[in-house]
Amino acid sequence: MHQKTLVELSADLQKGSLSSEELTRACLERISKYDAELNSFVTVVDQQALAAAQAADARIKAGKAGPLTGIPFAHKDIFCTRGVKTSCGSRMLDNFIAPYDATVTQKLLEAGAVMVGKTNMDEFAMGSSNETSFYGPVKNPWDATTVPGGSSGGSAAAVAARLVPASTGTDTGGSIRQPAALCGITGIKPTYGRVSRYGMIAFASSLDQGGAFTRSAEDAAVMLGAMAGFDERDSTSVDRPVDDYMAGLNAPLQGLKIGLPKEYFGEGLDAGVAAAIEAALDEYRKLGATIVDITLPNTHLSVPAYYVVAPAECSSNLSRFDGVRFGYRASEPKDLEDLYTRSRGEGFGDEVKRRILVGAYALSAGYYDAYYLKAQKVRRLIRDDFLRAFEQVDVIMGPTAPSVAFKLGEKADDPVSMYLSDIYTIAVNLAGLPAMSIPAGFSDGLPVGLHVVGNYFEEGRLLNVGHQYQQATDWHTHAPQGF
Amino acid sequence: MEWETVIGLEIHTQLATTSKIFSGASTTYGAEPNTQACAVDLGLPGVLPVLNAEVVRMAAKFGLATHSTVAKRSVFDRKNYFYPDLPKGYQISQLALPIVHDGYLDIDLEDGVTKRIGITRAHLEEDAGKSLHESFQGMTGIDLNRAGTPLLEIVSEPELRSAREAVAYMRKIHSLVRYLDISDGNMQEGSFRCDANVSVRPIGQEEFGTRAEIKNISCFSFVEQAINLEVERQIMLIESGGTVVQETRLFDPDKHETRPMRSKEEANDYRYFPDPDLLPVEIDDDFIEAVRNTLPELPDTRKARFVSEHGLSDYDAGVLTASRELADYFEAVVEASGGQGKLSANWVMGELSGALNKSDCEVKDSPVTAAALGAMLQRIEDGTISGKIAKQVFEAMWNGEGSADEIIEQQGLKQISDSSAIEGIIREVLDNNPKQIEQYRGGQEKLFGFFVGQVMKATQGKANPKQVNELLRKLLDS
Repeated sequence: MHQKTLVELSADLQKGSLSSEELTRACLERISKYDAELNSFVTVVDQQALAAAQAADARIKAGKAGPLTGIPFAHKDIFCTRGVKTSCGSRMLDNFIAPYDATVTQKLLEAGAVMVGKTNMDEFAMGSSNETSFYGPVKNPWDATTVPGGSSGGSAAAVAARLVPASTGTDTGGSIRQPAALCGITGIKPTYGRVSRYGMIAFASSLDQGGAFTRSAEDAAVMLGAMAGFDERDSTSVDRPVDDYMAGLNAPLQGLKIGLPKEYFGEGLDAGVAAAIEAALDEYRKLGATIVDITLPNTHLSVPAYYVVAPAECSSNLSRFDGVRFGYRASEPKDLEDLYTRSRGEGFGDEVKRRILVGAYALSAGYYDAYYLKAQKVRRLIRDDFLRAFEQVDVIMGPTAPSVAFKLGEKADDPVSMYLSDIYTIAVNLAGLPAMSIPAGFSDGLPVGLHVVGNYFEEGRLLNVGHQYQQATDWHTHAPQGF
Repeated sequence: MEWETVIGLEIHTQLATTSKIFSGASTTYGAEPNTQACAVDLGLPGVLPVLNAEVVRMAAKFGLATHSTVAKRSVFDRKNYFYPDLPKGYQISQLALPIVHDGYLDIDLEDGVTKRIGITRAHLEEDAGKSLHESFQGMTGIDLNRAGTPLLEIVSEPELRSAREAVAYMRKIHSLVRYLDISDGNMQEGSFRCDANVSVRPIGQEEFGTRAEIKNISCFSFVEQAINLEVERQIMLIESGGTVVQETRLFDPDKHETRPMRSKEEANDYRYFPDPDLLPVEIDDDFIEAVRNTLPELPDTRKARFVSEHGLSDYDAGVLTASRELADYFEAVVEASGGQGKLSANWVMGELSGALNKSDCEVKDSPVTAAALGAMLQRIEDGTISGKIAKQVFEAMWNGEGSADEIIEQQGLKQISDSSAIEGIIREVLDNNPKQIEQYRGGQEKLFGFFVGQVMKATQGKANPKQVNELLRKLLDS
């Protein structure tokens, strides 16, 4: 049962050959069996999940079910869930029971999806290996000595290990696509503004975007269809109708123009990853696509620009965690200063502190123009690069990450090397474009992700391009050994 | 050395919206602490601000009324600092691109001169909560009801040259925001407060002196006192060889001094940057024109009209238009009195204002309505009562004893205008005071008043004074 995709399970639920309660129990059993080792969950809500499953079964019987009704899934622990701890992977929020639901939480609830728990993540979504979590690192199901990627490491590992058919994630610089690649699953980050950020704890407001992990592009179409949409509570969400993602999945790829940025195939790219990507491109050629060499000349500026903009925004976004109203408070503060410094000093981990410091510095008087303003200008250049490219091509492809999953601890003490693992994904966030990672083979026995970038609001095309590839190949059906 | 004072004011006025600037919570004053703070106001993780469109309309109204540019595009920025009553650790404000800029306001000075004061800018921002230091032993309570209340911060050019000018400017702004119906201007509740930037320079010097900013002054008389004290302090400091340091200071009305609020070491770097959670505010000409169409008659226009239409003096027209409520009341009195402009002005500025002051009452809550007062003025005009008796009638009306006509009737206050009756009384008075008649006729003409007084006393003030004068003179001089 656990090898079935979301769409297959949905069909079984509709037919009545499977109940949501059975399916949910099966998921909960797998979590209790495997997750002590994987550590992909921070919170599991057995009773709440079973109650929701029973309600979903009633809804299915009543003929009022949608494609997600009764489907178990996990939320990244960054989405606020009323009455359930929402930790953001931080000691700061270890005691935080969200008093309200994020818009995404609410939408999935209304769709009848069954939340089984909240997944582990890098602290406040800052990290690329899930090693900065207060709750300890998540293990990659393909090799427990390697990282699952980050920051949505728990959500990716849980889907890869077949603990749940789908999960939510957030992507600020690659936090959905990079772990999807490292865990051999499908992950989509839509256009900035497509999914509401209300109730999604902010890391970098102008870059954060919610999305989904599944095992196929078709499943992702179902998840995204339920999560996307205008939300008046998020001023940056875009008021335009959500496309019918399922409807476009089967369009043939004949004549599709795929752009290949030469900048993505240079130094630093692992040979095994490059070979897998080449093979995937051959597959697309067979499907009728043509490959066009393109250039994104400002690619080299994306990591530096990102590491100004994201920390700057985070330094401000994380100011509300001050020990006054919620979250961690240092014991026996002797005065206000002490309350602030110790609550924040004890509540935040090293990577979060590092980024707050970098961000506060970049915004400080006398440095603002040189850093923040300059970085915003670079953002426009990067965006223009993409827009020029999309005049020539329909989608852009490349590797999602420069290497396969690296060893736990391997980059933990080398932030710059860690930051470079997001080198291909970051520019997409700076430009606000939609992008997806799909499994495209293996290197040294570990999964390789193919990165597909689309023009604004062309999530439908990305899913179509992913789905057609997954009809022709079976990389996405490979399960890690033992799962 | 002769010194010149240079003052710029930053006035913070709460906008009278029903909900907050970035959330749906109520802005009503005086609720139980923290009962009017929703998830957004509390700065809970994950919440986002959504701009209340009403504040944009209100700010645009202010901009149009002050001949300012209403910006087609303005941007909200984050002002970052830590304070317990600032829930997010930053205040959403506008720095580089405010919604209103480059306007002016004409103020009337005591010597009758009109002075034009430049308005640099007016920007939108959210108010903070309140820290409550009393009643929490050794601790501080935080009330976030006020957090997120919309504020318009109105910044003047440093063109005010005395504490009195500053007060005149502040009063004019206060009057204007109430005219525009964008703020209740309630100073007790903190809806209208100001920071004063004060410096001094030798007369003739162009360069400004170093300024000190006096924070959060909440009433007109404090503004005047605080500025005067600060000017005195700065002059004494400079003349004794010291230098003024740029700092924020607090006015203490009890100790009658200003003193530094925080030292320079703690000076904040606010790390302003555009708020990524909010889109730039973009408005078009249609929007601005629609707002323009909602503008009421403004104080300056109304004042000019009072002079030309009701024949008032500049001064009276200025007093009556100082607040929209008073001007509205006055015009209603004029109408009810059958067009008695000058008489209405005298009564509104005299008896009515006096009674309002005495009972600490707002004109809108006056127990004597404009219609009732106007009806009474008609009784003066038609000779039913004298101006003097009218004061008695007014007092009875103020005490809720009925309409002017009812009171005149019940208390028998109708003026005696029957010549023969008045003559009879005069004769009686003259008969009783033969000695005074002799003195009067001997040249002590000021005793005329004595006889008038006696007649009025005998008629309990009801005799028509004009007739009394005429008849008395006739009888005395005959």
